[in-house]
Amino acid sequence: MPVPIHHPVDILRLNTCGSVDDGKSTLIGRLLYDSRSLMEDQIEALERSADLTGGGQIDLSTLTDGLRAEREQGITIDVAYRYFATPRRRFIIADTPGHVQYTRNMVTGASAANLSIVLVDARLGVTEQSRRHTCIAALLRIPHLVIAVNKMDLVNWSEERFIEIRDQFEEFLPRLDVKDVQFIPLSALTGDNVVESSRHTPWYPGPTLLGHLESVHIGSDWNLNGLRLPVQWVNRPNRPTDPQLHDFRGFSGQIAGGIVRVGQKVMALPSGLVGTVKQIWTYDGPLQEAFCPQSITLVLADDIDISRGDIIIGPDNLPGASSDLRARICWMHPRPLQPGRKYFLRHTTKTVQAVIAGVEDRIDMTTLEPEPNPLELALNDVGEVRLKTSGPLVFDGYAANRLTGSFILIESGTNATVGAGMLFPPTEVFKPEYSDFAI
Amino acid sequence: MHSYHLDHLQYLESEAIYVMREVAASFERPALLFSGGKDSICLLRLAEKAFRPSDIPMPLLNIDTGHHFPELNQFRDRRAAELGCKLIIRTVESAIANGTAVPAPGEVSRNRLQIPTLLAAIEEFRFDCCIGGARRDEEKARAKERFFSFRDSFGQWDPKNQRPEIWNLYNARLNPGENMRVFPLSNWTEMDVWEYIRKERLEVPEIYFSHPRKCVRRQGQWLPVNHLAPPKPGEQVQDLVVRVRTIGDIISTGCIESPATTLDDIIAEIAAARVTERGSRADDKSSEAAMEDRKRAGYF
Repeated sequence: MPVPIHHPVDILRLNTCGSVDDGKSTLIGRLLYDSRSLMEDQIEALERSADLTGGGQIDLSTLTDGLRAEREQGITIDVAYRYFATPRRRFIIADTPGHVQYTRNMVTGASAANLSIVLVDARLGVTEQSRRHTCIAALLRIPHLVIAVNKMDLVNWSEERFIEIRDQFEEFLPRLDVKDVQFIPLSALTGDNVVESSRHTPWYPGPTLLGHLESVHIGSDWNLNGLRLPVQWVNRPNRPTDPQLHDFRGFSGQIAGGIVRVGQKVMALPSGLVGTVKQIWTYDGPLQEAFCPQSITLVLADDIDISRGDIIIGPDNLPGASSDLRARICWMHPRPLQPGRKYFLRHTTKTVQAVIAGVEDRIDMTTLEPEPNPLELALNDVGEVRLKTSGPLVFDGYAANRLTGSFILIESGTNATVGAGMLFPPTEVFKPEYSDFAI
Repeated sequence: MHSYHLDHLQYLESEAIYVMREVAASFERPALLFSGGKDSICLLRLAEKAFRPSDIPMPLLNIDTGHHFPELNQFRDRRAAELGCKLIIRTVESAIANGTAVPAPGEVSRNRLQIPTLLAAIEEFRFDCCIGGARRDEEKARAKERFFSFRDSFGQWDPKNQRPEIWNLYNARLNPGENMRVFPLSNWTEMDVWEYIRKERLEVPEIYFSHPRKCVRRQGQWLPVNHLAPPKPGEQVQDLVVRVRTIGDIISTGCIESPATTLDDIIAEIAAARVTERGSRADDKSSEAAMEDRKRAGYF
């Protein structure tokens, strides 16, 4: 029996995006195949379908094109998640399609990612799709970006062509506020520079794709400044006879920012009521402190009214609280967003009604310039919108906190999720009425 | 000094607890699908972590095909009682008897017949949400599943029309008659499940550990000999030391020859495994799109 492999503690979440035929599925297949993450029955199934349809050539893209419609059309129609581990890291891959009407899936796959891989066909260079995907990755503030220049075998491994494409990207990258970009010349089909270094690219000194994924510093994506506990569920055991539990009242949720400690003062928003943390209850025993993104249950020393949708905060780094919001919205539905339309707005654990007060601009995906005052945002449009909500939201700017700075819009009736919003920083922070709300 | 860092199991656990609490807060009549298998054993521990010191605020539901391993059903009943949970069992047998489920001529497998039985149970108890233990790493169609998987009033999954799932903002809104399947273990792998079972010291049914059993070789697999699927003429019954890696019906679950008698052995075996977990499930091998077709029709 072999020695159990040591499992790394890091999880890197990444997504892949590119146009149809850029070879995303093949690239993921190659990563799994070359990193020996495939099992014999998967390889067997690959070989079986190669014998049936592929004239004997193994098609790595069939590993991820899981649904029948996709195999028939040869495209990926929905986000597929793949899991693999190397001795250094665990990976969750969201394979997000590039087909133009499925951009919403890219937002789905990328929203939680540490890293995005944008695939470009070396023969075609930058397309509108590559710009769109790079722009969305930047808007979602994905910390790391990889531009994988694929199909280098079809341009004779030309360094000149690689530099040309890099220059095309660098024309618009500075406008997008992306902090870390790595360009890698590769061929998913032949495997060059995916897991193994290519002998065709002596001019490229950088890492292979997997080498980069294993070593990129992801640090902590979580915000540890300023406590935010959106209350999900109030825990009230119905045990009138148990003296330990008959007045137990806990506020359960996943910490969306900061650290909470026993004995500290907290405030429930939007009510503004102040209390002291008596206990941090978990199934595994009480904690002295807890941090983002732990799921916990807070017990307060004071009897204050708190329910689902409220946010418990600490005394520093106060959030904003307002019914008038500005946000960038990715629109995901064929029925366009228009001023005056009403939606349900889901933010942290709270759902309110929202009306579109105005559409300020719409980003032109070809030039990446904002066009002011559009009539509407159509499917796959991204633009700045003003909203008014039926009650105040307690929020942060998306740049400061992804979890308290994001929302979705839901159409009533169909209940479809129609938009993803990223909030601008509050114009003023919440002002507590109590002057003693300090450490 | 504390490092504010969660390892992969702590991260996956916190995510799953969050999903469980969303269910409790968003739905009026949720249920938790509990079979006694390893994934649903993890679900029950996560439910304890999400809801204690309160009771787990939903009943457990199991669709009994009548072809379950007896060891599994014993474990299921005992575990539900230990946790003080209400356990609802609906059987394919009675669904066939009352005409809810209709077997095809000569159909032996109960796999397909679970679907109408489950849908009837959802209707009977007006469940608006069922929590299941499915994982995306199990199979290609599962890889496209959401945490909150919307089903129309026929219980159908439409992979082309899934709700986008962005950040951790789950859209749980339903119209009457529709329901949701929720999968807290979506991001877990088979390895994560076993590591979690070891970390939490969870009891699992004995058949996951190696034991002597009579098996026959059929379609490249060792199938357990039992009264439902007696050996066919010419098949040799062999005494083997085996265990199961995934549990389906007794007539379709392949056993693997294994000396693994402890959780450490199992984890070492999976780390070295060369075949996927569902490679030993005959129900998934029937066609390229077997799982997709069952899910579209309302499978778990």
